[in-house]
Amino acid sequence: MLPTMRSLVVGIRCNRRWFSQGSLPAQPKSRVAQFKEELAALTAKAYKGGGQERIDKQHEKGKLTARERLEILLDEGSFIEYDQLLEHRCAEFGMEKQKYPGDSVVTGQGAINGRLVFVFSQDFTVLGGSLSEAHSLKIQKIMDKAMRVGAPVIGLNDSGGARIQEGVDSLGGYAEIFQRNVLASGVVPQLSVIMGPCAGGAVYSPALTDFIIMVENTSHLFITGPQVVKTVTHEDVTTAELGGAAVHTKISGVAHLSAENEIDALQATRRLFNFLPLNNKEQAPRRYTQDRRDRQELSLGRIVPDDPNTPYDMHEIIKKIVDDNDFYEIMPAYAQNIICGFARLEGRTVGVVGNQPLHLAGCLDIDASVKGARFVRFCDCFNIPILTMVDVPGFLPGLSQEQGGIIRNGAKLLYAYAEATVPKLTVITRKAYGGAYDVMASKHLRGDINLAWPNSEIAVMGAAGAVNIIFRGLDGSRTKAEVEKYERLFANPLTAARRGYIDAVIEPHTTRTRLCMELDALLHKQLSNPWKKHGNIPL
Amino acid sequence: MQSASGMRSLSVLSSRVLNWSLGNRSFSVSAEKPPFDKILIANRGEIACRVAKTARRMGIKTVAIYSEADARAVHVKACDEAVCVGPAASSQSYLNIDAIVEAMKLTGAQAVHPGYGFLSENAGFAERLEKEGLVFIGPGPFSIRSMGDKIESKKLAIQAGVNTIPGQLGLILTESDAVRVSKAIGYPVMIKASAGGGGKGMRIAHNDAEAAEGFRLSKAEASASFGDDRIFIEKFVQQPRHIEIQIIADKHGNVLYLPERECSIQRRNQKVIEEAPSPFLDEQTWRAMGEQAVSLAKAVHYHSAGTVEMMVDGDRNFYFLEMNTRLQVEHPVTELVTGFDLVEMMIRVAAGEKLKIHQDEIRPKGWAMESRIYAEDSLRNFLPSVGVLHRYIPPEEYEDETGVVRIDAGVEEGSEISIHYDPMIGKLVTHAPTRIEAINKMKTALDAFVVKGVRCNINFVRDVMDNPRFMSGDLTTHFIAQEYPPPGFRGHVLTELEGNELSAIAAMLHMQHKQQASAPVYRRSDVMSPDHIIGEQELVVTIEGTVGEVVKKRLHIAARRPKLGDVISTEFVITIQDRVPRVLTADLPSNSGLYLAKCTETGMVRIVQAFEKTNSGYILSMSGSPYKITIRSERLEELSKYMPVKVEVDHSSHLCTPMPGKLHSIAVKEGESVIAGQEICVVEAMKMQNVLRAPKDSTVKKIHAKVGQNLALDECIMEFE
Repeated sequence: MLPTMRSLVVGIRCNRRWFSQGSLPAQPKSRVAQFKEELAALTAKAYKGGGQERIDKQHEKGKLTARERLEILLDEGSFIEYDQLLEHRCAEFGMEKQKYPGDSVVTGQGAINGRLVFVFSQDFTVLGGSLSEAHSLKIQKIMDKAMRVGAPVIGLNDSGGARIQEGVDSLGGYAEIFQRNVLASGVVPQLSVIMGPCAGGAVYSPALTDFIIMVENTSHLFITGPQVVKTVTHEDVTTAELGGAAVHTKISGVAHLSAENEIDALQATRRLFNFLPLNNKEQAPRRYTQDRRDRQELSLGRIVPDDPNTPYDMHEIIKKIVDDNDFYEIMPAYAQNIICGFARLEGRTVGVVGNQPLHLAGCLDIDASVKGARFVRFCDCFNIPILTMVDVPGFLPGLSQEQGGIIRNGAKLLYAYAEATVPKLTVITRKAYGGAYDVMASKHLRGDINLAWPNSEIAVMGAAGAVNIIFRGLDGSRTKAEVEKYERLFANPLTAARRGYIDAVIEPHTTRTRLCMELDALLHKQLSNPWKKHGNIPL
Repeated sequence: MQSASGMRSLSVLSSRVLNWSLGNRSFSVSAEKPPFDKILIANRGEIACRVAKTARRMGIKTVAIYSEADARAVHVKACDEAVCVGPAASSQSYLNIDAIVEAMKLTGAQAVHPGYGFLSENAGFAERLEKEGLVFIGPGPFSIRSMGDKIESKKLAIQAGVNTIPGQLGLILTESDAVRVSKAIGYPVMIKASAGGGGKGMRIAHNDAEAAEGFRLSKAEASASFGDDRIFIEKFVQQPRHIEIQIIADKHGNVLYLPERECSIQRRNQKVIEEAPSPFLDEQTWRAMGEQAVSLAKAVHYHSAGTVEMMVDGDRNFYFLEMNTRLQVEHPVTELVTGFDLVEMMIRVAAGEKLKIHQDEIRPKGWAMESRIYAEDSLRNFLPSVGVLHRYIPPEEYEDETGVVRIDAGVEEGSEISIHYDPMIGKLVTHAPTRIEAINKMKTALDAFVVKGVRCNINFVRDVMDNPRFMSGDLTTHFIAQEYPPPGFRGHVLTELEGNELSAIAAMLHMQHKQQASAPVYRRSDVMSPDHIIGEQELVVTIEGTVGEVVKKRLHIAARRPKLGDVISTEFVITIQDRVPRVLTADLPSNSGLYLAKCTETGMVRIVQAFEKTNSGYILSMSGSPYKITIRSERLEELSKYMPVKVEVDHSSHLCTPMPGKLHSIAVKEGESVIAGQEICVVEAMKMQNVLRAPKDSTVKKIHAKVGQNLALDECIMEFE
């Protein structure tokens, strides 16, 4: 577009000269025209980032450029760029000769399905996407604006690290972003997509955001790279082993989702964004759906097996209850004994937390508690009602769990649920045993509606175990009688219902209808915690 | 909803019988008083439900039996009473004669209908009932016993003047015997278990080595399945069709033969698609077969319903195969072309009623087609698939002037297909005036059949329905092997038209979801006319099936203004590449996943199942086959060329279980070198022994599994170098 414009201007001038037969002296360019030319050249340079050669290299690696990524992430034509001309001011180590308009990051605002979002996209082709003071300032500017107007921030990370030539300016730049990440936390949703290297101090910005999405094979997150690890601990490791998508979505739990490639990752980000409100004062958008509240799923009464020890897939239950079978799972590969994700009921976003009997019998362990706690707190920050599907035999026993601090970590989930003031809807599908019953959004933790399916068992523990403790050393026949008695008392939801700990025992196939009605009633729920600077969650 | 559809199918069956009025007119005794007050149904699954339907219509109370694993099964609900007869294993429950007799006494059932399989052809059971003064709804013990033994039945058939296949009638005891006899008859030969049925314990051998292996495997299977390892061998007829004659006989010596059924579409000797009448037989051959069948039935004093199975060669010569002394799985096709209710007939003749109908009144009306829907992985050589039916929505049953769609099934959503029993989910039966119309009805019904949670053969059956050779009626029992040569069925290959339809539907879905996602900020003006375009896009739709090349379609889609009161568009104008624009309508998929698109010009309706939304598109299923669909703008398509190609992991160095089952034996040791195709181990699943062979020439590096171990799907058994 731009080159064409210029040649057009030149063409006209030639024509004039043709008519004037060269009788006039050469026409001086006006200052404005000169400036416009300069601007056009700068803009063109900004669009080229680190130049064609580096762009080609980026493509060869299976990666897109900072701008191409924004094209995919945002609605067509919605992107408005900020600070396209901002440059770094470093003059050491020959940096004064390496200036790029816009430096190593592209920032601005745009829309996802018509909803406002602020974005930054680090440009690896410009000095390896390294973070300079200028780079940091650009990010700070969009974060500040996002906070002022109440819109989410999405960061696309692809940076080699600090701009070493700038020294402490670069470090300061990181810290300025960290500070803003923390202040924005719980005010506007912050999403990070890791699309290349992200190492050292740089990792802490994504780590402070709400969700991290990683691209398989081409993205890495680690504090120290393989070379440093080798020097310090003499371990031979690859970048993938240290901080690839698989490691962080399965083992460390640092990242929430992984995607096959960059396009997939950006489209996953759009899907996730659709569930979220723009800020903590708004509700998530309600979506049109044809899925009626009175849809009854008779098969829900069959999925939970008769035998309390036979596993089943809680996903199937969740999918049948929510709108259009659409359940968007967060951290699907990590701590699979708990399921977290977003779905909708009559078009309204709910955060779903469910115990998964297919893994570790659905027990709560350290990883599951931390995963669940963080998700519950996210929902509470952003006015997203929490639907808890309970089938939990208790906390996982064992040396590694106790020594790993299951007390401290389990307390996080308890804290998160107890602190949450958003609507809390709970359905017990089978077991709710022991402390885990308390934790999983029980009535006692201000559950707004606590429902149980008819086959549920709400007890301190399984009947056999309980009798063993109450009557130590009992003979066989009496044990059997006592077990039956305990089962009669507690291996059903009746006792809990008589005490009001369960609001109703419902037929499984009516669950969706009931939840939609309850959610309607809870639309304007008012509940706040006592004033405090902030609570002291057991970190 | 479920019970409503149950009611509906009940009425289909009864109205059918009433319309043609043969069901009741065929007996001398009026239908006012039911022949029994209460009967027990000694079976499970679809056949138990099927028998219960007729019994209920006749005013007979029903008793179900069930194993502990089946406590919540559909057949238990389908009956008035139910008795648990033992644990999951059939040998201790559905085959437990003592428990069943006790259940009859407990409930006061006067008669028992055995269905098919289990005790249906157990002479000892029939005898026991006789002794107890109870009625067996089936033939007498003598008929069962003489027809149940393959060698014995062949001798009787010869005596009755029935054509038979050349073969060795004596028993084969050793592998060398098997080879010697096979050579004498001349290859190819069929090795069969004397007590066999349903394809179990049957092998074809083309040479000495196969004869030896076939003998060994058949013997082992027969011993495991029937507790009887007697084997015999006969000539294997070339270009054979499997055509059978349904007979019905009363206790007064009247025997009738009904229109034939063609069951040539088989795999591993297991029927998959059946039809009536046969597209091959003429009336003369049918009558000749029918008369021989009647003479055999008379020779064994047969009463009740039975089937004489014949093999018919290309010149319409027919040979007796065996007689099944029970109701067949495929009996509905005969019911639909005759208007009879075979179960009702069985119950009435068991009570001593007389058949009143005459042979010359029986003539097929229209065409009936049946597909057996199995829980099996058709892409992996039809290996059984077990699990919970997370979604089970059968097509709607109906009867109108165009014909009938009938579903005989014994499952519901949430049912479990377990390793304990037969993996058949149900039967889909259609009836229409002509064969092609019956096929078309079958196609539509299959497209709307939703089964999720287990793999099933709908994709395969649907592919057969489109097969030109099948449509022409040129069938043999080798049809599947010939039309789907190794590596077997690997999925449907989209035609140009199907590719266009699928991409158009995917684009509409994409557009609707896009509108849905931006609904809160979406504005529309009330002054727009209904065909006003409110959004349009150029899209590139990429379709990846399980087989065949990746299809790419470029199209332009324009969404028209939503109908009044709606937020999303339901009508679209679609132009695919440089074809003419077409107007299509579609609603958002229902929660069942069904998505119906209608081309407004042609009136053609396409049913697509929406399985899953992915980040970049959808998994859609059309005609039973899944397709991964990616939808991109032209720009995104351009950028996608930079995305790394996903590397597929090489599995040829591992031997993994293609089905869940038990490791029966391992034929190799670690360090042993193997050649491609060599037998490596045997996995037993659903009582079938499946030989796993070496994928390539190599050396066994490590064996991970132990004999007797239960294996999950894709579990690694051993590694090769």
